[in-house]
Amino acid sequence: MTEEIIIAGFGGQGVLSMGKIMAYSGIMQNQEVSWMPSYGPEMRGGTANVTVIISDDRISSPILNKYDTAIILNQQSMDKFESTVKPGGMLIYDPNGISRHPSRTDINIYQVEAAKQAAIMKASKTFNMVVLGAFLKLKPIINLENIEKGLKKSLPERHYHMIPMNIDAINQGSEIVKAIHVL
Amino acid sequence: MKELRLMKGNEAMAEAAIRAGFDGYFGYPITPQSEVMEHLQKERPAIRTGMVVLQAESEVASINMVYGGAASGKNVLTSSSSPGISLMQEGISYIAAAELPCLIINVVRGGPGLGDIQAAQSDYFQAVKGGGHGDYRLIVLAPSSVQECSDFVKLALELANKYNNPAMLLSDGAIGQMMEKVELFPQQPRWTLEEIRKKKPWATNGRLFNQERHIVTSLHLIPEKLEAHNNHLQAKYKEIEKNEVRYEEIKCDDAEYIIVAYGLASRTAQKTLQLARAEGIKLGLIRPITLFPFPKIPISTYAEKVKGFLTLEMSAGQMVEDVRLAVNGRVPVEFYGRTGGMLPAPDEVLAVVKNVFKI
Repeated sequence: MTEEIIIAGFGGQGVLSMGKIMAYSGIMQNQEVSWMPSYGPEMRGGTANVTVIISDDRISSPILNKYDTAIILNQQSMDKFESTVKPGGMLIYDPNGISRHPSRTDINIYQVEAAKQAAIMKASKTFNMVVLGAFLKLKPIINLENIEKGLKKSLPERHYHMIPMNIDAINQGSEIVKAIHVL
Repeated sequence: MKELRLMKGNEAMAEAAIRAGFDGYFGYPITPQSEVMEHLQKERPAIRTGMVVLQAESEVASINMVYGGAASGKNVLTSSSSPGISLMQEGISYIAAAELPCLIINVVRGGPGLGDIQAAQSDYFQAVKGGGHGDYRLIVLAPSSVQECSDFVKLALELANKYNNPAMLLSDGAIGQMMEKVELFPQQPRWTLEEIRKKKPWATNGRLFNQERHIVTSLHLIPEKLEAHNNHLQAKYKEIEKNEVRYEEIKCDDAEYIIVAYGLASRTAQKTLQLARAEGIKLGLIRPITLFPFPKIPISTYAEKVKGFLTLEMSAGQMVEDVRLAVNGRVPVEFYGRTGGMLPAPDEVLAVVKNVFKI
């Protein structure tokens, strides 16, 4: 199994940390992982993206231009990455702030209203975990137990009390994800 | 019990420096390698092992602190990125001439000039062919993963001490910034003063009774003496070339064409190889791990068996010259590179392979 994922959105949406939690969780279940961020001036307030690869085998290139899954969280990222999903691959997006919805017919497209859900839960910072929940519902490559271990590894101990809230957000995400176009 | 972590390449090198038992780090911040000193400061090595971590006033100061630390027999290192490494070249030449072991880390960014802060491999010539003045060589190791960032810090220190020669880790901005799984090696003790006196009897660390003065210098004003010193250095570099070549080959056994690539570009090449093999193209990969000493012999040996080589670099073509020297005109050596922080993609490289070899 090799899953090549791009997560893209605004800086501050938790794009990089979502990728980090996925990567740590992969390590927890004995897989090879790589986490390759976009870095540089654009990180500060602009768009942010990260390539995460989780694999049973040694990972070759950590830099890719085609992905199994694209998780897209703003319009700029939609414009940039919709075309990079492999045919038959998957695109998950939050419609919040999206004016041009994806139009490809050769990929599976799903929507998760994560910003809305996080607002309902009065926990806007769990936004990225709602998105992660949607991804895991569709591609259960990491189990919840290992996500919890991954959260523990990537959070400082003083934040452990927030883990249940994040797990709850993941569960919400997996419930509200809906199919827009399925092959 | 294995100690597994998810770390950036820069963090892994810093952690490895503490664990390898380095006595001191002297550096000046520059993107994309600032996490090296950040990690060192955060980890408080002064408490963990007694290691000194100091932010110098400039790169020129850092390399001269390394010179001083190494002269006193301490295991010391510095890190920087391309423009900062350029500033250090005078000091590096002095250290090489004075035959002092130390480690210099270059997390390469796009050049020339200030360039940008994205990953590149355009400092190959500087690292391998000198950079500073005079006939000298560095032992140059090129990590291609975060694991190797950790492992090679320890290996570089061992090699530097074995040959009394500065060693360089040639990483790049992408390997520095990306996170991968890394298995950390256990803490090694720092050397005691007695161990330093035994292992580095030339060190300027205080004069004992009845002992000759130790002098560390790169100045030899009498031409006969300087030539003799140069001959000694060259003999040492020959010895390093004989003993320390390291490389990895993947699927070269039945290959008709071979890509030569190091560092991050070799990871791209691995993916290209998978894509090529899926289409029935017999592609192999030689990945130099030591850039000096360069793996001339394996490349020369395969030149008898394959139809051509492609050198893949994140530069305008530097290592390709060494590949051409090793192949010596027997088969075509083609080149493909991207510069300025642009990274070649695996399918892009495959298209090049098909095009240049008319497959």
